[in-house]
This record gives sequence, C-alpha cells and structure tokens, in this order.
Amino acid sequence: MDLSFGNEYKVFREEVRSFIEQYKDKQPTQVALRGEESLAWQKLLIEHGYHSRTIPKEYGGYGAEADIIKSRIIAEEFSTAQMNTGLGGQGISMLTPVLLEMGSSEQKQQFIKPTIHGEMVWCQGYSEPGAGSDLASLTTKAELDGDEWVINGQKIWTSSAHVADCIFCLVRTEPEAPKHQGISFLLFRMDTPGIEIRPLIDMTGNHNFNEVFFTDVRVPKQQIVGKRGQGWLVANAILGHERGSLAPPDAAETRLNGVIDLMQTETIAGEKLIDNPVYRDRLVKLQGRAMAMRFNDMRLLSARINKNQDVKLAGMIVKLMSTELRHEIEGLAIDVMGETGLSFEDNPYLRGNGSWQYQYMFFLGLIIGGGTSQIQKNIISERGLDMPKEPKVTK
Amino acid sequence: MEFGLSQEQILLQDSVGKFLNDQVPLDKVRQIASGESSDAEVWQGLADLGIPSLLIAEEQGGVGLGSLDAVVIAECLGYHVTPSPFISSAVMAPIALMAAGRQDALAAIASGRHRVGIAFGEAIGARNDAGVVVDGTVLSGKCLFVLDADADAYLIATPEKNLYLIAADAKGVERNNLTTVDKTRTTCELILNNATSELVSDDPEVYLRTLDAGRVMQAADTLGAAQCMLDQAVAYAKQREQFNRVIASFQAVKHMCAEMVANLEPCRSMVWYAGHALDEVPEEARLIACHSKAHLSEVGKFVAKTATEVHGGMGFTDLVGLHYWFKRIGANRQLLGAPELVREEAARIQGLAV
Repeated sequence: MDLSFGNEYKVFREEVRSFIEQYKDKQPTQVALRGEESLAWQKLLIEHGYHSRTIPKEYGGYGAEADIIKSRIIAEEFSTAQMNTGLGGQGISMLTPVLLEMGSSEQKQQFIKPTIHGEMVWCQGYSEPGAGSDLASLTTKAELDGDEWVINGQKIWTSSAHVADCIFCLVRTEPEAPKHQGISFLLFRMDTPGIEIRPLIDMTGNHNFNEVFFTDVRVPKQQIVGKRGQGWLVANAILGHERGSLAPPDAAETRLNGVIDLMQTETIAGEKLIDNPVYRDRLVKLQGRAMAMRFNDMRLLSARINKNQDVKLAGMIVKLMSTELRHEIEGLAIDVMGETGLSFEDNPYLRGNGSWQYQYMFFLGLIIGGGTSQIQKNIISERGLDMPKEPKVTK
Repeated sequence: MEFGLSQEQILLQDSVGKFLNDQVPLDKVRQIASGESSDAEVWQGLADLGIPSLLIAEEQGGVGLGSLDAVVIAECLGYHVTPSPFISSAVMAPIALMAAGRQDALAAIASGRHRVGIAFGEAIGARNDAGVVVDGTVLSGKCLFVLDADADAYLIATPEKNLYLIAADAKGVERNNLTTVDKTRTTCELILNNATSELVSDDPEVYLRTLDAGRVMQAADTLGAAQCMLDQAVAYAKQREQFNRVIASFQAVKHMCAEMVANLEPCRSMVWYAGHALDEVPEEARLIACHSKAHLSEVGKFVAKTATEVHGGMGFTDLVGLHYWFKRIGANRQLLGAPELVREEAARIQGLAV
C-alpha cells in the first residue's frame, strides 16, 4: 500500500491551488449553454489544462500526456473549492473520446475543437421505444441512396435534443446481419430536414429528455464513425465512459456533508436532527457505504497506474452501487427535513434551492438510465461471475 | 501510488491459504467445533508459519510486520472459518502490550505457547450481570464473552479504559466456557473475586488502539468468510439443476449473486485501507476502524443470508456446513461492539454525538 503521489504531484497540486486562488472570484456562478461567460470560462480552463487536458492541441485541447493522478488532483481541488469545472454533456464526455479513438482525421478536425469549446452541442440518439435495455434490437434504419444515408425511425430519452446542434446516432444499416453487427454510428446536424423533436418532461418537471422522429432524413455518406456495421462496438466504448462517471465518490461525500449541515441546523420540537439517534444512525450508515465506495475508487485509480492489478469486479459494480447510494443520501436529507422536505419550486421554506428533492429524483433516473440496475446485475453475474445467460425464448 | 496488497502480502496470503486448505479443511473445523479436539494443533501450525509473532517487533522475537499484513491473515482465517485465537492473541494482546511498553510476555506470545485472551466487553458496554470493579490492582466482578476460553492469561479492560493482565489460573479467577452459535472460536466468562492483577496501562489511547485493531481484524475476518460464502453460492448455483437448467441461469439467482459481489467488493478496499491506516494514518484510523466494523457487519449479514438462500434447503443443513460461516459472521457482528454501538462511536469521533 503506497498512497503517496510523490513530489512532482505535490508541486502540481500547488499549481492547481494557485489557479483556484486567482480565479475563484472570477468564475461564472452557473454553467449556461452557449452563454458568453461560460464559453470564456471554458476557454480559460482549456488553456490552463483544467479541461480537455489530454486532448491534442491540434484538436483544440491542452495536449498534455495522460496522467491519471494529475486529472484526479484537478478534480479533487476543484471539488473541494467548489470551482466551476466547465462544460460537460454528451458531446464532451462521450463523443469526444470515441472520435479520438475511432474517428477519421477529418472528423477529429471538424468536430472535436468546437465540441470541447462548447460551440457545438451534441445529443445522443441511442434508445428507442422498442429498444431500451435490449438496445441492440434498435430498428431506426438508414439506407444508402447514392452518396447519402436516408434515415427513418424514432429515438427516445434524447437528452438536450431541443438545444443540440448535432446528434450521434445508432441506426440499422444491415438489416440482414445479426442484431449486434447490423448497426452503424452516424453523425448529423439536428437542423437537417425531416427531424421532429417532441419534449418528454421528466418527474422532476424538467425538460431534458425528448422524443426525436426521423422521416427521410438525408445525411452525407461519409458521416459515419467506424465502418458500416461496427456501430455497436463504438457505442459500447462510450457506455464504458458513461458508467464510470455518473456518480463519483467525492460528490457523494460532499452531499453527505451537506446532510450533516442540514441535521445541525434543522430542528423538530426544538431538537436538532443530529441529536436524534435514529436519524444519526442512518447518516453514519450511509457514511460507511460512501467510504467503502471511496476506497473502491482508489483501488480502481491504482489499477489504471499499476497494470498488474485485477479490478474487474470492483469496476463492474460502480454504476449500480454509486447511483443507489446517491439516491439514498438525497432521500435521507428529505427525511431529515420531514414535511419541509416536500417543499418544491416557489415554496418559501425550500432548502438548498430544492436540490435535495431534485437530486433524489434525478438519481432514480440515473439508476434506470445508462443500463438499469437490473442490467448491471446481469453484467456482474454473467461477465464477472461467469454465470450463464438466460436461455433464449423460443417462439 | 499503489492501492492494494504488495507482492509479499500476496505471497503471505497464498502460503497461509495453502496451509489452511491442506491442514484445516472443513472436517477438521467440524472436529474442533464439536469439541472432539481443541484448536491447539491448528494454532501450533499457524505458529510454525509465524502467525502469532506477526506484529511483534523483531527484537522481541517477532516478525515485525504491520496491521495490513494482519488484515490479510484475518481474511484468510475467516475464509476458512479457522478455529484460532488470532484476533486476541496475535493482534490485540501484542498491540496492547507493545504500546504499554510491556515486553516480558511478548516472546512467549510470539512462539504461540502463551495465549492471551481479551475481555473488553465491560469497557465497551457491560451487559446485564457483567461489570468489573477495581480496587488498586484487585479486580472483582464478571466479564462476559471473553475471547478465547483456552488462554493462559487475560487482558481485561475496565470502564475507565484501563488495561489489566491476569493469569487464567490466578487466585480468585473462575473461568467457565460460554457456548455460542459460533463454535469455530471459543468464548468464556471470567468471574473475578478479589483477584490480583497487574496494571498494564492506564492510558486510554492504548485501550483504544487495541480495540481499533481488533475491530479491523473482525471486519477482515467477515470479509473472508463472506467471500467464501459467495464463492460457494456461485459454485453451487452453477451445478444445481432445476427445470432442466442450472439455477445459475435464472435471473433471480444471478441477481442475488451480483448483489453480494456489489456489496462485498468495495469492502475489500475499505478493510485494506483500515489496516493501512492503523499504522500509517493514525488521525483517520479510529473512524475508519468503526466504519469498517459496522459496514462489514451489515454486508456480512446480507451475504450470509443470501448465500444460504442460493443453496436452497441444502444451505439450511449441517451437511453442507455453510452454517459455520453464517455463524462466524454473526459472531463477528456482535463481538467488540455491535454495529449500532460502533456507529454511535463513529458519530462521537466526528463530534456529531456526545
């Protein structure tokens, strides 16, 4: 067990801290899509290597060598100081890594720079009404007509489709092939004729998801990532990125500290909730779970540096455990507040800008999205424990 | 940076695991549990591997390894439900005696010849009819569920967090075995009637460090025991057939196994870190020891139940022997502080409770 990062990293941490010190008061308080202030902040972060750190300079990134410890230090310091970490979203966190790995050089040149600078916003066209957990059964089809793909079908759960410039989309191009081998990964603009977007309001009241309908949408032939029929491989590379990053352990601990603050200020019949042993026990129980996830995460980090460490199972369980944990942390805060915890929207008794109720529901969404908890359990048992798949139903 | 076990620790794990596999199989555990033989032979075998001397400094006749090494051993012993006084005689007693600067008994402990049991229950919180009163170094009262019914001496903690050492055969000491569900390890009661003891330490820090280490070892023992139950459940599910297919192909069964993995795997990192912190991160060690003890108690309980259920009716039988692990995990949960008590202590450490 060696948890020291060495002197080089001590120096690096100091650098990050002095950046934070210098810019703490100059950061935008909110991340606004396409907002001038947000875009300027994004540019500043990239210039200093605190965003898009390992993306090559020629594609608009900072161009540093991949160093997992430095990335971790940046994340830790920004999180502790509650600094604005810049823009996220599916174009930045999911499409960009895939383009770097599998995109053509034209695609890299054309898309990565505007994407990471927040000038080109993406949405992801994966799920369909008939293809959720069984994503590979998707039926939106693309047929080649001359130099263009002609796309027909429907997507659902398309986050940010209503504000996105472009979509990365899974379509069936080889209807005769086995289901995993007949899918392709296309990129196209959302203002292409034939695209209709309908909002899908979620349980928090937010408009984030959409249904997207394609009717004879024509897309240039070369806007495919990878080869025809390879789309499933590309999509899985992205899902790997998504699962690990949904609920990082330091965020869970930050929220738990928020619950402690709440318990030290909220009272019932004059008694602080922290002084009530039943609520306190629930808090400490969750602290224990969060702590186990933190050390699990350290082990995963270590395995990325020390290639001989086997952490297959430790990695597989993260999405399942961390989303369930966050849902319960947020839920404890609501229980701590009792009736006050029901406050919503314009209620004057709202605590924490209503974030507890919002996150409580939001994390239920994350338990379902990106591979439900039940699908995660299939993956753990089948790929992790080598248990056989459910036999196919024969008609 | 490397979060994990060193090559040496993996070798240690392998050699102890091999010894336990070969020399202390379930049949041997059954013999000891039924009272046919004592754990003396097993303890001698572990002594030949240097286990009782693991934490004792080299100049005292020990190996001078650290708490994480002890965690590795505790995990192995839990995995094999090994009958042995490891937590009391190889971990808690040496830590207390070394911290108190008491070197006289260490060489004998290191050789495995001298066993020291642990009576901390009355300091953690005395149950009905239990409690110790001190007059100078003369002890009276009753200690319950003392670890190791075959020890040569006992380390007794008082509510004031003072530690006293007393020989098992000292005048005024009556010892009675206490049968528990966990027959892989022994406990006893000590009835003290003006028994003269030696004060080992009146520094609460010594008591607390000893307790922290004991709790981390119990967490590690539960980790090993739960891992073994999980392994057995997965293996059983892959060979047991119903409805013309192995039950491992049913999602209901697969999900039970996946949930066990999902809960248990982060515990491995937690317990490793807890062991590391005992020696290297003293400012965090106590809180993490409490969290590990409590969290492993909960996860262990879940795995013990679920793994038994995966075995169906066979899990309930003596034949399969799964109950040895179930009971061991159950005992680890209660000894040295049940999870609710330990969590309350974790709250106090953080200043969240008085």
